[in-house]
This record gives sequence, structure tokens and C-alpha cells, in this order.
Amino acid sequence: MKYEAPETIDQAIDIYSKFNGSKKILAGGTDVLVQLRTDIVRPEMVMNIKKINSLHEFCIVDGYWKIGAAVSASKITKNTAFISEWPGIAEGVGLIGSTQIQNRATLVGNLSNASPAADGIPALVAANAKVEIVGQQGSRVKDVYSLIEGPGKLHLSKDEFITHILIPLQRDRSADCYLRFIPRTEMDIAVVGCGVNLSVKNQSISSAKIVLGAVGPKVIFADEAAELVLNSRLDKDVILKLQRMCEEIATPISDKRGSIRFRRQVAGVLAKRALQKAYARALEVS
Amino acid sequence: MAFDNVSAKSFKVVGTRPERPDGIEKVTGQARFGADAYLPGMLHGAILRSPHAHAKILSIDISALENDKSVKAVVTRNDFECNLTGEDWNILENIMAGEKALYDGHAIAAVACSSLLEAKDALKKIIVQYEILPHVTDVEEAMKENAPVIREGSARSSVPKGMHPNIVGYHESGHGDVEAGFKEADLILEENFRTEAAHQGYIEPHACLATMMPDGKGEVWCCTQGHFNVAKVCAKLLGSDASQIRVTASEIGGGFGGKTAVFIEPVALALSKKATHPVKIVMSRNEIFRATGPTSSTSMHVKIGMKKNGKITAAEGTFKLQGGAFPGSPMAESAMCAFAPYELDNVRSVGWDVMCNRPKQAAYRAPGSPMAAFAVESIIDEFCKRLKLDPIEVRLINAVTEGSKSSYGPKFQRIGLVETLEAAKSHPHYAAPIERGVGRGISCGFWFNFGGETCVSLALSEDGTASLSVGTPDIGGSRASMSQIVSEELNIPYEKVRATVADTATLGYNEISHGSRVTFATGLATIKAAQDMKKKLCLRAAKVWGLDEEAVYWEEGYVKPAGPNAGDHEPLSIADIAKTMGRTGGPIVGHYEASPEGAGVSFATHIVDAKVDKETGFTSIERYTVIQDAGKAIHPSYVEGQFQGGAAQGIGWALNEEYIYDKKGILQNAGFLDYRIPVASDLPKIDTEIIEVPNPGHPYGVRGVGETSICPPLAAIANAVSSSAGIRMKQLPMSPPKILEAMDDNNG
Amino acid sequence: MKKVHVSTTINGTLKEFLCDTRETLLDALRDHMLLTGTKEGCGTGDCGSCSVIFDGDVICSCLTLAAEAEGRNIETIEGMAEGGELHVLQKKFLEHAALQCGICTPGILMASKALLKKNNNPSEEEARFWLAGNLCRCTGYDKIINAVLDAAREIREESDGV
Ligand SMILES: Cc1cc2nc3c(=O)[nH]c(=O)nc-3n(C[C@H](O)[C@H](O)[C@H](O)COP(=O)(O)OP(=O)(O)OC[C@H]3O[C@@H](n4cnc5c(N)ncnc54)[C@H](O)[C@@H]3O)c2cc1C
Ligand code: FES
Ligand code: FES
Repeated sequence: MKYEAPETIDQAIDIYSKFNGSKKILAGGTDVLVQLRTDIVRPEMVMNIKKINSLHEFCIVDGYWKIGAAVSASKITKNTAFISEWPGIAEGVGLIGSTQIQNRATLVGNLSNASPAADGIPALVAANAKVEIVGQQGSRVKDVYSLIEGPGKLHLSKDEFITHILIPLQRDRSADCYLRFIPRTEMDIAVVGCGVNLSVKNQSISSAKIVLGAVGPKVIFADEAAELVLNSRLDKDVILKLQRMCEEIATPISDKRGSIRFRRQVAGVLAKRALQKAYARALEVS
Repeated sequence: MAFDNVSAKSFKVVGTRPERPDGIEKVTGQARFGADAYLPGMLHGAILRSPHAHAKILSIDISALENDKSVKAVVTRNDFECNLTGEDWNILENIMAGEKALYDGHAIAAVACSSLLEAKDALKKIIVQYEILPHVTDVEEAMKENAPVIREGSARSSVPKGMHPNIVGYHESGHGDVEAGFKEADLILEENFRTEAAHQGYIEPHACLATMMPDGKGEVWCCTQGHFNVAKVCAKLLGSDASQIRVTASEIGGGFGGKTAVFIEPVALALSKKATHPVKIVMSRNEIFRATGPTSSTSMHVKIGMKKNGKITAAEGTFKLQGGAFPGSPMAESAMCAFAPYELDNVRSVGWDVMCNRPKQAAYRAPGSPMAAFAVESIIDEFCKRLKLDPIEVRLINAVTEGSKSSYGPKFQRIGLVETLEAAKSHPHYAAPIERGVGRGISCGFWFNFGGETCVSLALSEDGTASLSVGTPDIGGSRASMSQIVSEELNIPYEKVRATVADTATLGYNEISHGSRVTFATGLATIKAAQDMKKKLCLRAAKVWGLDEEAVYWEEGYVKPAGPNAGDHEPLSIADIAKTMGRTGGPIVGHYEASPEGAGVSFATHIVDAKVDKETGFTSIERYTVIQDAGKAIHPSYVEGQFQGGAAQGIGWALNEEYIYDKKGILQNAGFLDYRIPVASDLPKIDTEIIEVPNPGHPYGVRGVGETSICPPLAAIANAVSSSAGIRMKQLPMSPPKILEAMDDNNG
Repeated sequence: MKKVHVSTTINGTLKEFLCDTRETLLDALRDHMLLTGTKEGCGTGDCGSCSVIFDGDVICSCLTLAAEAEGRNIETIEGMAEGGELHVLQKKFLEHAALQCGICTPGILMASKALLKKNNNPSEEEARFWLAGNLCRCTGYDKIINAVLDAAREIREESDGV
């Protein structure tokens, strides 16, 4: 296995696109190293991108929060300005692994690994986040949802990789939230996850996105459920309907982490709780 | 040697909490554990494992390795002894498959290379042809008529004729007339219970470094609970002599019973013999889950009859335990421990030992007892609910005391069950109001404890300090307790004693550190050895003074002349005698070798508060209290540590730990991410109360403490969860999906 | 296979080693530098036994390639006691009997050191969540948490005293 650690984006593009064998980008390595150890991947080359300065950027540029592909989860959850604007995205990032994992794992890595259970993805999708991609042909921007093809797969060509995540600035009177369910309090992979992003007007919900994780091959937009809560103040009957609807919308599989029946049930519960929490947050900033 | 009321009252060092002698090494990273040994020219071994649950091995093709320069040795079953029988054969069959792969992860072949990466690459080049056979991993399924047969002819003679070949052991115990007892009852409850296999989950992987020369002489360094047993087993499996294989026990990073078994040491020796180089093998976590012993999974049926006042009239239980692809599940222990806390006129227990396509079960802390307690104590709890009785009162009404005939036969000597129950009753936890949504559970638990072959040697140094050699690996601070005992007996400071775990060439045979036996048996041996030394010190002083042995006596660290007739001699301290021992008759060494009996059974009562999120099935443990009879706590901190550790493991087993097999019999969660042992944020503080009802079989009154602490938690938590969720949980683990399912089923 | 050359600072000393690109930092520490105080409990990031401090942050050395150590600053358990004096956490672990078998101890000490550097007044809950990536099977965590909180108290008292 060849190990590369370029120091500029141009070098990285050059190395990555010219290498014809099997290859892996190494960001925090918290997925890659596990996959190497368990023989899930056997790349002929890994390219560590953490030495590239521009990938450590984490700031607001042109109306977007720009998070570089080498920014660790703990850097994200330390940024108070970002957390107060996107508490839900920060919650998702903050849930990834232990203290030790947080110091290495990146949000881009979480997204690129494209696990159906990734904690970073639902809130990003609910926030309508995009990614900046580079390759031999130059750079392009794509939204996170359509970037994901399926478990472990992104719509990227062989020479491409991600440099940044772009998150639009949060609108007024709006807030997001991410919740996941695990059987322990820490160190588990989500059995179900739910990201919500909503706005309120006159105490009623004026727009909402509900995104379910770990209940399908990729995240699921619960649009019908979101429509249901529009113009509501989350009264009891609305909540109950929403819960049932999310149970229906979820298309989980049964595996070691949970049965279909269990996952559907919990998807409803989490959607309800995440919505209530995001709503309370939005009212607070209204 | 019986409990000695005099010394019980006058301890100076026993019962205090000095820092452990091996502490600094362990907080500075200097302590050497199983994987921490390296030797010049050392190779790394790796083991190829079956990807199938049950398959005939048609061929193992290693031809691709023959020209591979990186491969220094390859071994398969052919490289081990072929004439073994009984348990020796079982161990060999388990560590290297013969004709069949019997479970997912069963070892098939092993290689040794200069680096681990090379060894792992080499394994990929071995081609094994399998014929996949039908498999079974569930204990009830394995007993059915058409179940695939794991191995014909494994049944012990206890098994009634005509049973399925997978049923390999039968046990029955009890007394009285159960049917008559049920007739007297006001209420009879009976129920089926299931528990899943749980792994000991020690954090240190099995590891060894072994050297074997072509003449059969071997050296092994390994993490084990019983290095003498390792020597014995390795000698058998490799056709060598136990005395030719010297085993040194490394520091051990947890065992809980799981490191009483032998897995990799014979393989490393066999590789080393072929390569004539030392070979190190360290298991991966995946291998540990797939191929070392978890405990048994169970299917149990318990029926109890009770009077309205809480008195039990009869009890009956059937305990079916699968022990993996080999005989030996602790079903008899389940059957014997199940009703042990209660004085019963009519009781009957039956145990079944069943084979499945799973790894050979290994001992796990009080093997068999926790599951049985789960079944019995759940039913007792249900009685309390239905008859509106206080759970502690009901247990007190039925509790065994000194002289009670135990459910498994013998009469109890002095025991402390009632004391733990009384302490529970007056504990602030029991008095605390129960918050809304929270359930409180109580359970008792029982474990026999064990003595076993023991041998220690206590040598006096010229400067009056002492070195103690024990043959039982220190799995929980025993070097501290043993040093305290020597200090107590010889009246020398704790720091002046050095306790060492000696290798197998240095001491006589010592039984494995298991059965909570170390503080009891090695402790007793240490007291005896110290007394032996004191006797020798007296003799030496007598000789110096020209007196008879009877004319001197030992007091507070000095040998003194006994009365005016003996003459006016200045008392001699240990140091005085030690200084001149070379001239007065040579080295002074105290010995003890025997198999002490009288380990002293122990009981515990646990109280737990749990809260279930009724929408998701998530359980949080809100408060936990352990009350247990330790007989006498030599080092109270390490006794508390055993109590807390047992409770924490019990919490894991009760809530989330389980072996999950897919339809093909492949283990789905062979790692800590999905085999969910409790993490720090899952647990509350674990309160402990040490009860000291002296064990009449030990001079200080010590009872084993390491195992009883895991007996009550499964039931106590199940009772708390059932109460919080409003539904009786009859299956472990009570993971969120299982709780929601049970609640759903209950609501129709 | 061609090996890579790495130079890195370990416990204040510049070290060099050759490694296979597939080897982890944990492999390099143990097998190439014989710093065996850092333990392997799982090799997949789940147990925290391999925790080291890497440029100031606590990480799992099993999830870091050895090659990534180039030019970095690494602290391991072997560097925790300084000048023959135990670190306050080490002392408190002994005093509170916070170790039974001791295999988890180096990792927990490194993670606790990182915690107390960041926050010398953690609540019990904060300490429990911070250490959630460090498995201990022996103790039930009770005495570990007591030791960490007591060490924090002593660190605060010392810094107040100055
Ligand atoms: C113990 C443990 C616990 C965990 N817990 C959680 C959890 O709770 N929730 C959760 O969601 N995840 C969890 N994970 C998984 C993992 O930590 C996360 O997915 C993490 O965010 C991955 O980030 P990374 O930077 O480490 O990715 P890496 O491992 O570096 O990379 C992940 C994947 O993305 C690719 N990649 C990385 N960067 C780029 C890029 N710039 N462009 C294109 N492809 C790229 C890599 O090639 C690889 O395929 C856990 C992992 C471990 C070991
Ligand atoms: S060995 Fe690195 S986390 Fe377990
Ligand atoms: S003390 Fe043994 S694992 Fe923590």
C-alpha cells in the first residue's frame, strides 16, 4: 500500500487522479482504518489529506458556512457561533464516536463513508447543505442528498474528492435538531436517526424538513410528514399523526441493531421528539 | 484450619486499604501483560478460522505457502497428539478442528511469519474445501428430534437413554415431595425464561509467547488464570511432559473465568517447534468473540408454590444450557444454585447439557448461577406483586440460615444471607421514595466458592523481609491481600513483603484462579506458610539460646523465652534471627501445600432502580446497591471493586449484551461496537456494603467474593424493569426492541 | 514491501522508525519502539486502551497510521510520570484503587489527562461521557470516576494555591 500526504490541493488532485489502482482518501481515518484492519478494503494507495491547509478552513464565505474536509468533529463542536446557528448539525457531529474518535473524525468523512446510519448526514440534508468537489476537470458543487448513491457509495467519478461542505446560513426564526437512538448512552451506531430543520411564523411552523436516517439505504425525506406539520403548532393530534406517518415512511431492514418493527416505531418517536425540540428552539429565536 | 475467634478481633493490617504492590507498574505502563513480551528472533502467529457454523473439512491446501519465504511454519490438526480422550480431546478439538468445523470461528490452521501482516497475508493463501452441514445454535432447537447432530457419542452416562445425541449431560437434585408441596400452596406460578450467551469481555486479548525446541522442552509466557493448567494441557496436546513446559503467567488484563481455558498456547508451541523460533500469538477482538468461551445461553422453566403469607411450599426448575459444540455447560450449577437461598421442604432441580454450533462455553463468574437466579427471583418478585408482600420480607421468611438443608444437599454452616437482607431493609436506598416511572428490583444470589490445590512458599531474607511465592495469577489485587496477610502474621510492615506469582517450575501445582478461591485458598495457604515460618523462627531462637522448642514462644513479631525458667534472654525479632540464619541452620522458608476445603458459600442481595422509556424501550439504571457477605474483607477496596465489577457486568448482561447469530449461524456482533458492554456513561454510582459473617472454614473468616456479585443483577434488574415497564420480562437481554415487543404483545 | 521512514517526537524525545504503510501508530509504538504501555484491546477504536495524546488531543493510536506520526508530538503513558514523580492522576488511581486488572488504566489515564487539561472541574456526568470511549470491564467505573474527580480537585487546589 502506497501512502501519500500531499500539502496542496493541486498536488492532491494530481496524485489522486493519476493513480489508477484502488485508492482511498484518508481524512480522520476512523472508518478507513477499521476497514483496513478488517479487510473490508485493501487499497493500493491511501492519500492523507490532513496536511493540506485549505482543507482545515472552517468559516463563513459568501453566505455559507464552509467546513474543510480535514476539520475534525471536535473542532466543529467547539465553534460556538456555528453551534448556535446549527445546533442540530452540531448534535449529529457531536454524537460520532468517543472523545478519541471526535478528535480525528471529520464530517466529510462521515458523509463520504455514506453509511445509512451516519449521524452527520440527516441534519446536513435537512439544512440543504452542499459539497464542493474537485477533480481533474476542476471543481463543482452538488447538494448532499443527491451526492449519496447508496450504502458506502457517492456519485463521484474516480478522480474526484470532496474539499468542503457548504451549509447555507440559517434563516430567521428557524432552528434544527438531530436525535438518534442507540441502546447505550454512547459508543453505538444509530439504530434510527432523525434530523429536522424548520422555521416558524406567528408561532406556527412555516416550513419544515424532516430527514430520517438508518431506516433505508440512504437518508429519507419525510416530506408528507413535513407537510402535515405546516401551519401547525404541533398540537397533540398533529404529533400523533406525524408519528404514525413517519413509521410508515421508514423502510428499514432487520439486522443485529434492530428489527423492522422496532425501527419503524422508533423512527416515529424520534421524528416527534426532534420536531418538538427544533420547534422549541425556533420559538426561542423568534 | 478453623475460624479463629482470637485473631478475628485483633487485626492490624487485614481490613486496611494499603496501595497495591503492583500499582506503580500499572499506572506507568511498565506492567507486562500477555502481549507485552518480545524475544529475539520472535515470529508472529496467526490462525485461520472457519467461516461456517458447521462444515466437514474436505481438504486444507497449504501448497501456496510452501515456496513462500515469509512463512516459517504452518500447523494443522496433524501436528498435535492423536491419541487423546475425554476433556483433553475436547480441548484439542476446540483449539484446532479435526474433521469438522463446529462453529463460526473454529480454528482450522495456523502460520508463523516474521510479522503479523505477513502472517495474515499468508492465511489468505490457504485453501480450505468445506462441505457445509446443517447447523443449530439455539438450545431448544438443538434438543429437537430432527436437529443436526454435532457429534455422536458425546453423552455422559447420566443422560437417560433415547435422547438426542446433542443432549450430553443430565443433573437432578432436590428433596421432599414437590407434588405434595404444590398442593399446600395458595398460589402457584410457573414460567419459561430465556437468556442469551454473554461474553466475559475482558479488555486484554488472549496472548502468548511460546518457545518449543524439537526435544519437547518448552517455555510459555501468557495471560491466564491458571498457568499450571496451561503447562498440563500443552504437554498433553503436544505429547510432552508437564514438567518440560515452563509457564510464566504475565499480568492478566481481566479473565472472569474466560482465561481458565486454553486456546492459543499449544498452537504457538507447535508453530515454534516447527520454526525453532519463539512464536507470539495475540488474538484479535473478533477472534475472542467468535472462538473463546462466552457463557451458556439458557432455556429455563421454574414453578413455585407459595402460601399467602409468603412461605414457599415447593419449588421446581428445569435448566437447559447449551455449552457450544462440546459437553460441559454449567447446567448442574444452575440447577444447584437456583433455589439455594431458600429453605425448602420440597424442591427439585433438573439440568440438561446441550451441544450447539457455537464456541465451547467457558466459565464466567459464578457459572450457571446468574441465569438460574434470574428465573427464580423473577417468579418470587411476581409472587410479591400478586400477594402484595414486601420483597425483602418474603425472602427473609424463606431465607436459609446456619443448619438449613440446602436445596442441593449439604447443610449450611454459618452463612450471611439474612444479614444481607436485613442490611438491604435498613439501607437508605430501600427507604428512598421511588420516583414516577422508575421500578425498583430486589434479588438475592448465591455461589458455592471453591478451595482447590494450592501451594505457596514464603522465604525470609537476610534483612528480615519476606518474599511470598504464590501459584495463582493475580486477577484482582491478590498480591496486595496476600502481602497484608504475611504482614499480619509476621508482624512486619506491609511494604516489607513482596508477593510474586511464581512460574510452574518454581512451585507445586496450583489450581486455576477461579471459583473465587484465591483469597480463600491462597490466603489460607499464606497464613499456614507464615505460621510454618514462625515455628521455624522459634526453633532457631531456641537453638541459639540452647533451649527446647517448648521453652520459646512467638509474640508480636518476636521470639521470647517462655517464662523465668527459660532464662533471661533478650527477645529476638525476625530481623535478628534473619541476620544470622546462615550460621544458625540455613535459610528459613515457610511452606504450605494442600487442597483446602471449607471455602464458605456466600450470598448477596442487590437493590436496583431502573427507568424504562416506554416509547423506545431504553432502560437507564438510576441507582444500584450491592450488599454481600465477604466473610472477612482483607482489602476492602478490592472487595468493593469485585462487588461493583460484578454488578456492572450483570447490568450489561441484563440489558444489552448478547450473542447474535444470523440464519447461517454466523456471529453478527463480534466486536465491542455491537457487543454492548456498559460504558462509563451508562452506569450510576454503584453503592456497596460489605457484610462480614465469618466463614468457619477459614482462620480469618474469609469467603470468596469475586463471583457472587454477578448472581443477583440479572434478576434484580429484570424485576426493576418489569416494574417500570409494567410487564414481566422473561427474556434476556432486555434490549430496547425486546422491551417494546413485550409491551406491544401485552397490549395485544 | 518498501517501508516508510518516520520521525516523530515521543514523550519529548525525537524518535525514528521504519514501518509498513499498513501499520498503525499503535503497532509502531509497541512493536518498533517497545513502548508497550499503550495497549491494544480491540484494534478498531471501540475500547480506548490504545489512547495516546497526539498534538495535544487524545486519540486512538489503533486508528492512526504509523506514517501519520511524521513530524507530530506524541505523549504516551510512559511519559506521564515526570522526574520520578507520579502525575496526580496516577497517584489518585492508586489511592482510590481505581484499577483492578490494570489493562484499561494507561488509556484511561491518558484520556483523563486530556480531560483535566481542558476542564479542571468536570462534573461526574462530564467525566463519565468523556471517558465513554474507554472500556473497563473490571471496576464498574465507580472508583475510576472518583479518582478522576479527586485528581481534578487537587489540580484546582494547587492552581488556586499559586
Ligand atoms: C468506535 C467508533 C465509533 C463510531 N461512532 C460513530 C457514530 O456514533 N456515528 C457515526 O456516524 N459514525 C461513527 N463512527 C464512524 C466514523 O467515525 C465516522 O463515519 C467519521 O465521521 C468518519 O470520518 P473520518 O474523517 O474518520 O473518515 P475516514 O475514515 O478518513 O474516511 C471515511 C470514508 O470517506 C472517504 N473520504 C474521506 N474524506 C473524503 C473526501 N474528502 N472526499 C472523498 N472521500 C473521502 C474515505 O476514503 C473513506 O471511504 C464510529 C467509528 C468508530 C471507530
Ligand atoms: S485498541 Fe484502539 S480503541 Fe481498542
Ligand atoms: S481494571 Fe480491568 S479493565 Fe479496567
